[in-house]
Amino acid sequence: MRRTYADLHLCADSDDSERVSSAIGKASRLGYGLVGVPFPTKCAGAQFDRVRKICEEAGMELASRVDLRPRTPEELINGLRKFRRRLDIVAVLCESKSVARQAARDRRVDLLNFPQVDFRRRFFDAAEAELASSSLAAFEIDVKPLLVLEGAARIRLLSSLRREVATAREFHVPIVVSSGVSDELLMRKPPELAALTSLFNLDGTSARDAVSKNPVAIVKRNREKLGSGFVAPGIRVVRRGKDC
Amino acid sequence: MKRVKRRYLALAIESSEMIRADEFVDAVWGAVSKMFGECGASQTSLSLISFDEQKSFAVMRAAHTAIEMVRAALATMTKIGNKPTAVHVLRVSGTIKALYRKTKP
Repeated sequence: MRRTYADLHLCADSDDSERVSSAIGKASRLGYGLVGVPFPTKCAGAQFDRVRKICEEAGMELASRVDLRPRTPEELINGLRKFRRRLDIVAVLCESKSVARQAARDRRVDLLNFPQVDFRRRFFDAAEAELASSSLAAFEIDVKPLLVLEGAARIRLLSSLRREVATAREFHVPIVVSSGVSDELLMRKPPELAALTSLFNLDGTSARDAVSKNPVAIVKRNREKLGSGFVAPGIRVVRRGKDC
Repeated sequence: MKRVKRRYLALAIESSEMIRADEFVDAVWGAVSKMFGECGASQTSLSLISFDEQKSFAVMRAAHTAIEMVRAALATMTKIGNKPTAVHVLRVSGTIKALYRKTKP
């Protein structure tokens, strides 16, 4: 069966229809079947509908996403309460250890993201991975810094990613590779994203899964949960009525 | 002696400005050596087979063991001679004939 490639972090400005349309069109040409566009926390429904329509015209599937940047675990919990039932993907940018730990243990969080340049605030260690493996959170890697950074900064980033990917694999935490770009010239084809992961020792099959199987599974699982018939994982309402 | 297997890559160059062949080759070698060092670059056996400035299309040859390295290095290219650029691999093939048959530049 043919893989559906997904980029869950296409940072197109959802306010600017023209740029969104252009970015989504390019993603379609590059071979993606599913894109995740982050919406601002104060997003109106009309804005979301407009982006969805653009995606439909381009023959793409849209996954609505919110990037939470909480400063405290309480702020994270409030954010999750507010957005979990409204959007397909909830990603958390973990800027402190307490937020990272809370995000990893909370089953409502889909993606754990860490500051790309501030290496002291990359908290994806064994404890974090163990918590994430028992919940449903995946470890997200944006490739944008690999393209824009140079020299010592890129070397340090690659070194951190190599260590974090090894930890994620040890604890069976799914890895999702996204572009994280807003500039169209920085968009890459899915096999190119997969090739970039070889720089931090992700093997070929895992790399392809990181741009296809893992992100698609997250969106599918969340859509099932957001559906009206969902009761619990594996249980759903198949029929309603007096004869049931 | 074991025969060296090669792979041919069809590349699309995306840029708002015209890119010359020599600029392109320098940028590719620069990206490969920046990412893997001179020792790594020497293992790729890279060479430019053809370059079409008008269509922004290039064909390169590489050692088949180094294909992932070359793909990764090409993906990291964001500029060619200070011109913002992206290089996309359209297709990889074992022979030039098959590459041209399957690729429409």
